[in-house]
Formats: sequence, C-alpha cells, structure tokens
Amino acid sequence: MDKFEKLTAIVAPLDRSNVDTDAIIPKQFLKSIKRTGFGPNAFDEWRYLDHGEPGMDNSTRPLNPDFVLNQERYQGANILLARENFGCGSSREHAPWALLDYGFRVIIAPSFADIFFNNCFKNGILPIVLDEKKVAQLFNEVEESEGYKLTVDLEAQTITTPSGEKFAFDVDPFRKHCLINGLDDIGLTLQHVDDIKAYEARRKNEAPWLFN
Amino acid sequence: MAGKTLYDKLWDAHLVRREEGGTALLYIDRHLVHEVTSPQAFEGLRLAGRKPWRTDSVVATPDHNVPTTGQSGGIEGISDPIARIQVSTLDSNVKEFGLTYFPMNDIRQGIVHVVGPEEGATLPGMTVVCGDSHTSTHGAFGALAHGIGTSEVEHVLATQCLVQKKMKNMRVTVQGHVGPGVTAKDIVLAIIGKIGTAGGTGHAVEFAGEAIRDLSVEGRMTVCNMAIEAGARAGMVAVDEKTIDYFKDKPLAPKGEMWDKAVNAWRDLTSDDDAMFDKEVVLDAACIEPQVTWGTSPEMVVGISEQVPDPEGEQDKVKAEGMRRALHYMGLDAGMAISDIPVDVVFIGSCTNSRIEDLREAAAVAKGRKVASTVKQALVVPGSGLVKRQAEEEGLDTIFIEAGFEWREPGCSMCLAMNADRLEPGERCASTSNRNFEGRQGNGGRTHLVSPAMAAAAAVKGHFTDVRELN
Repeated sequence: MDKFEKLTAIVAPLDRSNVDTDAIIPKQFLKSIKRTGFGPNAFDEWRYLDHGEPGMDNSTRPLNPDFVLNQERYQGANILLARENFGCGSSREHAPWALLDYGFRVIIAPSFADIFFNNCFKNGILPIVLDEKKVAQLFNEVEESEGYKLTVDLEAQTITTPSGEKFAFDVDPFRKHCLINGLDDIGLTLQHVDDIKAYEARRKNEAPWLFN
Repeated sequence: MAGKTLYDKLWDAHLVRREEGGTALLYIDRHLVHEVTSPQAFEGLRLAGRKPWRTDSVVATPDHNVPTTGQSGGIEGISDPIARIQVSTLDSNVKEFGLTYFPMNDIRQGIVHVVGPEEGATLPGMTVVCGDSHTSTHGAFGALAHGIGTSEVEHVLATQCLVQKKMKNMRVTVQGHVGPGVTAKDIVLAIIGKIGTAGGTGHAVEFAGEAIRDLSVEGRMTVCNMAIEAGARAGMVAVDEKTIDYFKDKPLAPKGEMWDKAVNAWRDLTSDDDAMFDKEVVLDAACIEPQVTWGTSPEMVVGISEQVPDPEGEQDKVKAEGMRRALHYMGLDAGMAISDIPVDVVFIGSCTNSRIEDLREAAAVAKGRKVASTVKQALVVPGSGLVKRQAEEEGLDTIFIEAGFEWREPGCSMCLAMNADRLEPGERCASTSNRNFEGRQGNGGRTHLVSPAMAAAAAVKGHFTDVRELN
C-alpha cells in the first residue's frame, strides 16, 4: 500500500447523495481476477454514452459531456468531493480500486457507508468525514473557481482551502498510523500470533463445536 | 452497570486483543467465500507466501457468475469466458489451499448466504464474514455476521481475525402483528423507508418485537439480509426455540452431547432486559402494508395503496434532486398510483428471497393463474440445489411452469446480473432482490423491490397489485 502524508490537488465535485458501489464500478467489471486496471471503468454508466464491457478500448468510447468528471477543468483531480452516504451498497473492494486507479487519493463527504470507508484505508485512500455545512461550502468554492485545489495534511489532520481557511478532521489513530507508514495490516496482526493461539485454546474449551 | 446487548455479548466472546484507540482484533469462526471477491485475496496470500490460518473455517461456493440454465455443463459450460476464468480460479484456489467447497453441480451449491445456514455451516453465536455485503443475513440466528472487502478476506484467511472497531448498538422494534399478506420483506422495506438507507450506519442493529418473533428463521434472514440496505453492516435477531429447532439435524451442526452443550450456550444469545441501546426505533406492525420501491435507493419505498411521491414536497434540496433524478431514471411521474405501474419482467430469487418458504409464498399466488401476456419474462431462481430439490418434491416447479414462469437453476442471477440473466435498457422489473440501484439488474434496467408474493401477483396481473386483494 502506498503511503499517504500530504497532498495538494485539484478537487472534483460529485454532487449527488447515496452514490453506491454499483455506480462506482458496475458488475460486469467485477469478473476480473486482478486488483488493477479498473480506473477507465470508474463510474462507467455515468461516464460513457455507450454500454461498457470488459475488454473494450475505453479511449475510443463516447464520453458523456454532462458527467462532471469528463469536464476539462476537473482533469487530473486527485480529491473527490461527495455527498452523504458515499459508497453505499455492495462490499466490492473493486470500488476503491477503481477510484484509486482513476487517481483519487482523498474523498471528502458528510458521511460514508461503513464497508466502503474501511476498504478505502486498506488501499491508501483517505476518506474524510466533514460536516454537511463545510462540505456545502467546499462545493460552492469548487464550482466558483476553476483549478480549485485543496491541501490535505494527514499528520496535522487538516484540510486547507486556497484562501488559507483550515478545516480539522478526525481519523482513527490506528488507521492514520497505517496510512502514513503504508503498513500492511496482515503483518501487524501476525505480530500477535500468540494472542490468537491463546484465544483459540480457550475457545476450544468453551465452545468446541466451533472447531469441528 | 447496564446489561449487555446481543451484539455486546457476541463482540466480547470473540475479542482476541484490544488496542489503544479502540481498535481490536476480533476472531472469526466462519469465513464464506465466493468467486468474485476472493481471487485477489488468494493471490495476495500466494505472493506473501502465506497459508490460510484455519482451513476448516472456510466454506466456498460459486454463485454470482454461474448460469441458471445448463449447469450440468459445469465450468466449461459457462459461455462468458471472463466469468468462466473467475469460477475456475475459485476452483483451483480451493483445491490449492484445501478448503471445503460446494462446486457447480454439487446439490449443495447455491447462493452462499442460502447455503451457509442450510448446511449448518453458519450457527448461532458465530462470527461470520464473507466478501459480500449481504452476509448480514446470518445475524438472523444470533450470529455476528457482516460483509468485508477483499483485503479483509485476505486478512481473515491469513490470521483468522479482523481488525475492528466496535459499532454502536441500535434496536429496531416492530411491535404487534402484521396483517395477512404482509411478509418479512415488507417489514424490512418499511424499516428502511422509515430510517433511511444510512439510518443504521455505524451500528449493529438488533431486530426485535412481536412481529420479528412471529417470523420464521427464514423470514428473519430476509430482514437481516437487508440490514445493509439501511446502512448497518450487521443485523441480528435473538435466539429462541425457533432458532434452535431450525439447526437441529443440519449437516454441519453439532450432534449428541455437543448439540446439548451448544444449545445451552445459544440460549444466552439475547439482549439482557436492562441492556442499553445507543439508538432505538419503533414501528407498528399493523401499519405495514405490502411495500413497493419506486426509486433507485431502497429507502424510496411506499405501500401498495400509495402513489409515487412528489419531489416538490421535499424540503431538503439534495434529497429532492435525488428524487427527481430517480423518477427520471425510473420513467415515472409523481402522483402516479403504484398499482398502475406495469412490469415487463419478474424476478423471484436472490439471497433475500430464494429459500423454500419464499418459493411457497410465490407459488401460492401463482397457482392456477397465468403470467400476464404483457410480461416478457418471469424467472424463478431457487437459492440452492437443495432448495430446488425440495421445491420440486413439493411440486412448486410444476405450479410455476404451468403459470408461465421459467424454473431455473440456483445462483445470484438477476439480482446483480453478472450472469446472462439481466434487464435490457428501460425494462421494468418486479424483483424480490435487495437493491434497486441504477443499472443493478442490467444497464438501464428499472427495479422495483417487492416480496415474493407481490412479485408473483405483479406477474399474473402485469402490473403491481395488492396481493391481499387477489381472492
């Protein structure tokens, strides 16, 4: 997993609530057995005018000019600004894989669905919960000024706007530690092999039917 | 000190280690695996030179990609080459790592959330995970069950644990009794309509009250299955005699003395009387009528006697815009009576509603009737090979076929349309599945979520209709 410390980048606004993971990456692309290559199909049904299938040359497909990520001013965006309950629905980790592959390292929204939120951290994406009023303010600022960039500092837990206004955000200390250091969760857990074995020994005694 | 909730008890019993800052290592008893969310996890194990911690905790079956016709052809018979690779990848991973497996053409194969309880592979008091959000289903019998991502699938395979933060406790109580023709599906849709699609986010939800106690264990599975549609990763129902009866003699359930010991432990899987919940919601069962979703989120739901709501009446601007977008996508006008909406396709199946009781409920409506001539396709997809066999022994297949339904082979099918069963753009479907998102059942397809009885009623009438008014 890539480390995340600090990022200054263009912000793309996706102004709709309850964006589900089926929309982020439609089911036909879930047949891949790889973790990479999902970026060109992120938001496929909104992004293109035709119907996408795996194996198509996406560079020649007709783009939907009305979809926000297709606008020239948002090209190269690495920060996604979203509305409430972002990432709801299916647990597919293909959704954060697609967003990461597209280029997003930070997603800011008033709320996220639990499984998606968790999946982001496993892939070096920082999901930031910011209250609805502040998110609304950022939507206004992004839309008003082309080339709008935010600076996200994970160590300091701040978002800084171009005018210098700072918003603080919360992040779980363990997840922050993993993200800043690009740590593999499994490696960390395996430092506690003895605890896991001790638990199993105790549990086999209490509830042996769970080990048949 | 206040007593413990069911969730508190399940959490405490599986706690391996607590870290500073509130994260913990939680032990996982049962890991269900299917072909879509596991290949990258097995690949990760291989790359790191790791082995599964406890192979006997894993049960695998292919379900998302399998065709619902011609399954006798096996993996080689899957016509979509990419789907075929995915199913054969599961097949080879399972063999390489030595896991319990119900492959295609095994009578026990089916939708992983139907197969788990049916085999007794998932039991009360267990922690159950799967790379699938509808793992919440297994909470119906007092298990702590939730969906995980593929990185976590790999983590559980390698360590038998999950890094977790404890969720908050929420209780949804459905007081009193539902009327005839109102089912588990209507109850859970009504709950989602009330609390919203993010109403349970951050919470483990216990479903309680007389109307939940009245439900069979299968009905409770339908309710818990859709907890995730209310934002809650885990839904659960306390153990009672129905739960214990359900598991007696299931193939993988404990036997003899071990059974008695297990039952003894399971009887404690209820919330204490003085347990405290962070959030409580109460619904009156008598007010719930058969439900139909009208939009592109499961919270966009009304009763069959109602009309498509008007965004102009919504104060919240973001919500009103979402409603307008949904109506446009669904091709509906505000104010239209739900019972005037015609359907093109009917789908009876999915991990929400493909168990034997669901099929009986639909067959009772279909019996002696015919699918309307305006309905292009009406599919019945049993949840597993065993459900299919049971239904055939009861003659349900004949009832469906005589009525004009297609009787298919088990799998996830048109719930998410990864196989060949899918809607064409603009087609409107009465579906017993769990998600009405844009494109969920096929690019441009329009989904209305309903109970099996309501789906069968829509099939024979050609439009939504109150199943209580059919005779």
